Amino acid sequence: MQQPISASQAVGLRERSTNWAIARFGRRPADVFFRGLTMLFVLIVLALVIGVALVLVISSWPTITAFGFRFLANQAFDPVHNTYGVLPAIFGTLLTSAFALLFAIPLGLGASIFIVDFCPRPLRVPLAFFSDLLAAVPSVIFGLFGFLVLAPWLQLSGEPWLKQHLGFLPFFQGQMQGVGLLAAGMILTIMVLPLIIAVSREVMLTVPRSQREALLALGATRWEVIRYAVLPFSRVGILGGIILALGRALGETMAVTMVIGNQATRPGLSLFNTGYTLSSVIANQFGEATPGLFLSAVIEAGLIVFVITFITNFLARWLMSSLERKGGARL
Amino acid sequence: MSTTLRSEQQRTTNPFQPRPSRRETQRQAANSVVIALCVLFAIFVVIVLVYLIVYVLKQGIAYLNLDFFTQLPTPNGEPGGGMGEAIQGTLILVGLATLVGVPLGLFTAIYLAEFGRGRFATVVRFLVDLLNGVPTIIFGLFVWVLIVIPQQSFSGLSGGVALGIIMIPIVARTAEDVLRLVPQELREASLALGATEARTIVQVVIPAALNGIITGIVLAMARVAGETAPLLMTAFGTTFWSTDVTQPMDALTLRIFNFTLSPYPVQVNQAFTGSFVLILLIVLASFAVRWATGGFKRRF
Amino acid sequence: MSFTVNHLNAWYRSKQALHDINLSFEPRSVTAMIGPSGCGKSTFVRCLNRMHEELPDARVSGEVRVDGFDIYAPSSKPRHVRQYIGMVFQQPNVLPSRSIFDNVAMGPRLNGLAEGKALRALVEQSLRQAVLWDEVKDKLDAQATQLSGGQQQRLCIARAVANQPRIVLMDEPCSALDPISTLEVEELIRQLKESYTIILVTHNMQQAGRVADHTVFFLSGRMIEEGVTSELFSHPQRKETEDYIAGRFG
Repeated sequence: MQQPISASQAVGLRERSTNWAIARFGRRPADVFFRGLTMLFVLIVLALVIGVALVLVISSWPTITAFGFRFLANQAFDPVHNTYGVLPAIFGTLLTSAFALLFAIPLGLGASIFIVDFCPRPLRVPLAFFSDLLAAVPSVIFGLFGFLVLAPWLQLSGEPWLKQHLGFLPFFQGQMQGVGLLAAGMILTIMVLPLIIAVSREVMLTVPRSQREALLALGATRWEVIRYAVLPFSRVGILGGIILALGRALGETMAVTMVIGNQATRPGLSLFNTGYTLSSVIANQFGEATPGLFLSAVIEAGLIVFVITFITNFLARWLMSSLERKGGARL
Repeated sequence: MSTTLRSEQQRTTNPFQPRPSRRETQRQAANSVVIALCVLFAIFVVIVLVYLIVYVLKQGIAYLNLDFFTQLPTPNGEPGGGMGEAIQGTLILVGLATLVGVPLGLFTAIYLAEFGRGRFATVVRFLVDLLNGVPTIIFGLFVWVLIVIPQQSFSGLSGGVALGIIMIPIVARTAEDVLRLVPQELREASLALGATEARTIVQVVIPAALNGIITGIVLAMARVAGETAPLLMTAFGTTFWSTDVTQPMDALTLRIFNFTLSPYPVQVNQAFTGSFVLILLIVLASFAVRWATGGFKRRF
Repeated sequence: MSFTVNHLNAWYRSKQALHDINLSFEPRSVTAMIGPSGCGKSTFVRCLNRMHEELPDARVSGEVRVDGFDIYAPSSKPRHVRQYIGMVFQQPNVLPSRSIFDNVAMGPRLNGLAEGKALRALVEQSLRQAVLWDEVKDKLDAQATQLSGGQQQRLCIARAVANQPRIVLMDEPCSALDPISTLEVEELIRQLKESYTIILVTHNMQQAGRVADHTVFFLSGRMIEEGVTSELFSHPQRKETEDYIAGRFG
């Protein structure tokens, strides 16, 4: 059993350790410990971020060396012949995301202009609240809606109508299955809308009243006020929001996987075709992937997604920070 | 002398009425068209989104019963059963995620708000934001390669880790924002009394920001409770009761995914009910925490 | 041209900001509105070009007649009123994303007043009237935000007159400016009154004395007294006016 130390001994010990810590680190012991602990966690986080990138690259090394850039051009995941390529996946990813932005941008901008400028006051808060609520809905639920409600409707009513009235366009030809690129595009549109609305709304609300008044005092119509005072001011922020939305669309997995059909059809422009995206390839194939090139191919698809979303994220943040420098709000 | 000065005679025509001219009609028309379009788009957006939510909730409530929370799924689409193991799994997984994500996220926030200076801090912040924008399936891949494959087994633990990594940037961002809002005077007062920096942060700054921090944590938990993709290849899912984190674990989102694609109508119905429960969970958590802590500044 | 205000009342939220104002303005003169902060002079002036009603929860009743035509008549459209009755604001609000030329040309372009060569002539004339032409004639394409505060405010004045109004409202146009710019703007106002009827809101009595032909004294949303500037300052009829001028309250 140890002898407890006396009070004066304890004080002396404390003094000595404090002196030592200050001499060595410039801080008191508690701070040395706390800072050390904080830095430890920060380093773990950094390690994780770098680790993710490293793991992706290392694990996809086999296919990177085997195919190089042909990986982006090869047509299919072919375990039988052991050749892998993500061209249809990239096509699917780009097409569905482009579709989503094509519709979500005007819809979202229009709706947010309405909320900011034309909306009767009592409606404003419920609308905004509702839009935020939708941003929080998990993507699997969008997938459920897409697969169980949207796709059957498309097959029965939507696609036949399109084929009948717009079938001369290459987009609306071919077999109508409900699931496919069109369904995926539509679901992505719905998922991306709340984001665009939220960002546009926030940015447009920061336009100073004095700018609007300047235009009003010249005798401008409401649209002219928006066009010449509000939009130029919010341009950068809205663009940032669009790029964020693009990033979300490119990386979306569950909802797209559930409605896109996940089979490659002959490449073509028809939206009725089924297809797949980079993310849906990962979700569908990881279970089948045998170690070796197959596994590596799945992970390389992930690497490509990682790089694409890194670039769009970086672009969006760079735009937002240039907005911040001009005095806008941090988003 | 101004050449554009109008005559001084008393006006006989009302200057405040539209002058009939092509330009005026164009302006008026453009204005009306834009307003009409905006109203139309807003209505369309509202209808679509409302329909989606209401449809899912309605279908979900129809099949809601106590069994849903207490029973396991029945085999082969036999009637009855529930998603008990999925709900339990979600709770366990979110709990694990919180254990991983909160310390890492919180300390990162402390670093960025209290200590971080210079280029290293900028790099840290940049990388944390980078983490935020990565599609969550990538984290599933990461954990799959690092834990699942070597272990040769799907596990709840790997799922929790994947979700935890997702939580880090969310917690870090919101906590940092709230910590920055704490007035500098509080810190100075504490330091002036002789407290160490560590004690100042732990006993003064964090309690001052606690409401916001807790809100941020709960919102992050609600967010990861809705994740599916990273769990596909880590927790994988199961239809049996399990609290063993070294074995596959089910989650509400996984079960919804699975049952949606199922050929059995009973399971499809339960997918709707699962969606209802999930949405309810997320909404309730978001509201409860904001109500309980007075919330923090809404971003949007 | 006659410009009169009859029984004008205005509300903001639930408070009444203006009570039964009746006034008549001399054409081609400067009328100053003075009074302590919050007395309603800015609100009043904003009712003259129907800007007050753009605020949420704002309401106006009464008449403002130009040559007999009421700007608040159901048949009068606000944006036509605003082209006829222009406004310069307290803080210069140049459009930051546009050049000097485009700022001045904004009104004429919107309202279809001039194009091409005529537009360039109009811009030049407006900038001359605002005593800014010599300073910017070589950099018309430069961003408007590159100008100093005083120059920006003169740009706003040029922009307002380019829109070819008959009446120009100025809501404390010099309060954000340094003394030298203030004097420049005051000189500019004296020149402008040859072509326009100017209503000037100012919290600076000396400015009213320097620049205005007539002055109106407001207090708590009511017009207390009005008259020729020199008369009002030397022989105020009402005690409130006298107290304000003597500086007993501000």
